[in-house]
Amino acid sequence: MSTTGAGLRSALLAASALTAVFSAAAPAAAEGQLTVYCSVQEEWCRPMMAAFEKETGIKVSMTRKSSGETYAQVKAEAANPKGDIWWGGTGDPHMQAAEEGLTQEYQSPKNAELNDWAVRQWEQSKHRAIGVYSGALGFAYNTKLIAEKKLAEPKCWADLLDPKLKDEVQVADPNSSGTSYTMLATMVQIMGEQKAFDYLKALHKNINQYTKSGAAPAKATSLGETTVGIAFMHDHVTMIVEGAPMKVVAPCEGTGYEIGSMSIIKGAKNLDNAKKFYDWALTPAAQAIGAQAKSYQVPSNKATPVPPQAPKLSEIKLIDFDFAKYGSSEERKRLLAKWDAEVKNQPK
Amino acid sequence: MTAITDVAGRPTRPRAAGEGSGRKRRSGAEGVRSGPVLLVAWIAYAILPWYWLDLSGSAHPLAGYPVGPGGSALALGVTGRAWWLLPLLVPLAIATAGWRSADPQRRNGLLVLGGALGLLATLKQGFLIGLKGWSFAWLAALMGGPGPTQVGFGLGAGVLLYAFLLLVCQGLAGRGWCRGDAFVVGAVGTVVALILLFVFFPVSTILASAFQDNAGHLALGEFAAKITDQSVWGLDCVTGQLRCGVAWNTVFLGLIVGVATTALGLAFALIATRTRFRFKGALRLLSILPIITPPFVIGLALILMFGRSGAVTALLSEWFGVPRSRWIYGLPGIFIAQVLAFTPIAYMVLVGVVQGISPSLEEASQTLRASRWTTFRTLTLPLIRPGLANAFLLGFVESLADFGNPLVLGGNYEVLSTKIFFAVVGAATDQGRAAVLSIVLLGFTLLAFWAQQMWVGKKVYVTVAGKGDAGLPAPLPRRVAWACYATAVPWALFTAVIYILILVGGFVRSLGRDYTLTLDHYVAGFRIEQGLGGWVFSGGAWDSFFATVEVAAMAAPLTAAIGLLTGYLLTRQRFAGLRAFEFSTLLSFAIPGTVIGVSYILAFNVPPFELTGTALILVICFVFRNMPVGVRSAVATLSQIDKSLDEASLTLGARSWTTIRLVVAPLLRPAIMASLVYSFVRAMTAVSAVIFLVSAQYNMATTYIVGRVEAGEFGIAIAYSSVLIVVMLVAIVGIEALVGKRKLGRRETAASPAVAVGG
Repeated sequence: MSTTGAGLRSALLAASALTAVFSAAAPAAAEGQLTVYCSVQEEWCRPMMAAFEKETGIKVSMTRKSSGETYAQVKAEAANPKGDIWWGGTGDPHMQAAEEGLTQEYQSPKNAELNDWAVRQWEQSKHRAIGVYSGALGFAYNTKLIAEKKLAEPKCWADLLDPKLKDEVQVADPNSSGTSYTMLATMVQIMGEQKAFDYLKALHKNINQYTKSGAAPAKATSLGETTVGIAFMHDHVTMIVEGAPMKVVAPCEGTGYEIGSMSIIKGAKNLDNAKKFYDWALTPAAQAIGAQAKSYQVPSNKATPVPPQAPKLSEIKLIDFDFAKYGSSEERKRLLAKWDAEVKNQPK
Repeated sequence: MTAITDVAGRPTRPRAAGEGSGRKRRSGAEGVRSGPVLLVAWIAYAILPWYWLDLSGSAHPLAGYPVGPGGSALALGVTGRAWWLLPLLVPLAIATAGWRSADPQRRNGLLVLGGALGLLATLKQGFLIGLKGWSFAWLAALMGGPGPTQVGFGLGAGVLLYAFLLLVCQGLAGRGWCRGDAFVVGAVGTVVALILLFVFFPVSTILASAFQDNAGHLALGEFAAKITDQSVWGLDCVTGQLRCGVAWNTVFLGLIVGVATTALGLAFALIATRTRFRFKGALRLLSILPIITPPFVIGLALILMFGRSGAVTALLSEWFGVPRSRWIYGLPGIFIAQVLAFTPIAYMVLVGVVQGISPSLEEASQTLRASRWTTFRTLTLPLIRPGLANAFLLGFVESLADFGNPLVLGGNYEVLSTKIFFAVVGAATDQGRAAVLSIVLLGFTLLAFWAQQMWVGKKVYVTVAGKGDAGLPAPLPRRVAWACYATAVPWALFTAVIYILILVGGFVRSLGRDYTLTLDHYVAGFRIEQGLGGWVFSGGAWDSFFATVEVAAMAAPLTAAIGLLTGYLLTRQRFAGLRAFEFSTLLSFAIPGTVIGVSYILAFNVPPFELTGTALILVICFVFRNMPVGVRSAVATLSQIDKSLDEASLTLGARSWTTIRLVVAPLLRPAIMASLVYSFVRAMTAVSAVIFLVSAQYNMATTYIVGRVEAGEFGIAIAYSSVLIVVMLVAIVGIEALVGKRKLGRRETAASPAVAVGG
């Protein structure tokens, strides 16, 4: 039985060591904490959280993921939510989460200071998601390539059907990218469904690739991999600021837009702090951080200065985008299935 | 017992097997020592904190011990705070009674009964009572009210579960299972339990959603529609211009990638072991580099070389007037990137196998007047069959599961892995569809596994036996050698160019557009400043960098240990359900990372196994995802090693564990190396599985890199990747020094025979 004795001794030792470890663990800070899912770019997320921590003393744990990924995570975690608030990212997944009851209602005292489109988002989502920034859809062309090919500068959606642009236009696949779905919905709203699909079918001949990510066409345009890229205009602007030979175009027929949103997750463990963040994120001071981080969307608070590089929403012909209708799962499924059948699977 | 170098190092040693007359197997009567395990079980129940402790909260986690949140099961049960833990005393008492019983039959029976009951009872209460009371609606209806609540299993519960499991195994060993070897039964039990918990449980959670609609109701019709969908199985590309189904695309890609990586890997392995090629070191480095490259980087480099405005494309169009095109986007691009990325795996599997072939067999063949070519064709090649089959299987499965390369280079060529990813996170979220596509993917893996088994067959591939082997490995036939050079060298040069491009990319402003030298990317990611309290790591990449290294360093040894142990059990032990067991080890490998990631959240976000947000879930995910490489390389290597070596050790009275330690492990060094390196590297480069598992405290390098790529900041992404590559290179060198080389008592090819003979 000597081994049993040794086993006993080591087991007791291990047990006491464990007790020591557990008793050494120190309790956390007093102001409480907050877990934020951040769906904009890292260099915008970080200063945002740092500024909030500095202002309130609340400790922020931030995880950055794209909005589609965050939606999938919030849905998977619904039984035991780990996040408190979801800030940023295109509005569609926020709307979907609101529709499925994954996020919760909140009315901020700051609502009165916001632009109409931000409040409309809040109303359409049954008070669950609110707009924090907005960006219009558009396309950009590589100035070098256009000059080389001696093409006229495209100004309208219709110009993209030019046979000379065969295999020269890039856009994301609406099945994977919210950006591209916004375009699909925009076309349907501008032209009516039948005409919109006729247009997309015609455009299909000029498309060289349906990318997976919505912002990829902007990058491809900057590198000269494609002549024209369709994406949100602020994604193009980021490339131009970096020095890419590109010009961004607000299509003459008008265009749709996204509303970057914010939602409080249902069952948030730190609800009070989430509300504090919510109110704070709608202030001009918090929204001004975006431009400093080289993100050129239009902020939702009327008092926030619009960054000079940002595409001016006032100069863009914006359509009256029906987020409630085109954000619903039913309509989305129907349009995507139709796009798959009538556009994507057609020969060129 | 001494290390194997002695056994094999001295060619003729007359005693080895003859001694230790007769087999004295331990039977149940000789006593499996259950005392320590039982004691641990009681400590876990009575003393250790039963529940998962919330260390982030404001209160002290052990406040109010022995009751309170950190209380033990016994204390919580007796005081009525968690009365449902009291019944666990029954199985504990049964097992204790068994331990005290003198009659072996009765003792083993009681151990099995107590252990099994204990496992069931512990799990049952964990699954029935959750965070919000009764976990099931029917239970709430039956018992009335929301019911009691509890958080996830903690230290006490975990230790008790494992102790119960070991008691069952000891009882079974006592009853003669696996020749009464308690270690083997315990090992099989442990591995099976781990696979059930960390592979089957999460995977079945998500696969169940294949049969449900989005609201969670059973929908078989929808399942049938999804799985027979034209977009999955369509064959339009054969007849016309339209696209083929995504399933065919995936399989076709997997097959050509599997064949190409196996061929290239074999070429590299033959050059490294059988020729006097001068730049072996460089070749080896190049064959390792792709595996330590974070995702997206190879794809990106390919675009920058062969894209429409890539460097090579520009040269070709300027000098030879080759029109610029987008050929790289689609099948050719994915194929090249995957072959670059997966050839090293094939190489690592094959190099050990080629080394292991007994030179004296080849000498014998040549003595019998067979030409070098005949020897190679009829002897060497057939002997490395298990290696070829395993290398092909890994290449095929890797290609099926790869997600980064198709994402960047896929163009309009769709594969299942990206389809699945976007079914989960895309604009049209449909988890059911993702699950259905995963089932298709799994089906292909199953098929590949079965075909591999058929091809390898039941032949014997033993070439490392107890007898030393003084033969010289045959030099390669000239045409084989030239074929090897002709494939491997251009490929190696190609790899080298890509890596130079990647290295340079971190130091220029914008790769592909602006080649001004700059250190900005490194400063942004890895800035270190002198702050008030000493050095501050203020660069954006540091947090994820430290977390990644920590998680990878934890995951690698665990992965290797479990993988090799499993490989050993598969080749050396016979038990019921061996094949099913073998396949189940491949399961987590075959399922795309995204699906694993989501399934881990679904399974481990709620009690009783609540692990999300910890480093533990990342470690576990890596261990069970990368384990197959350890298993496959151990299986390939072990099928060459004569079982009589183990048996000699067992006959001499060594237990299984001793045999593994002193005989098997030293011979397995190439496999140990492969699985350690692979799991470390994979933990640092995996993306799709961890994207859902990372938390604020534990962000991983790759998710950071993907974020940068999404934002179009390739500079930082490439700089960070270069840093990771350097770290992994250092780690590999370190691992190699730690594991050491296998000494097979073979002479170096004409290098210095005197040393080897004396050795």
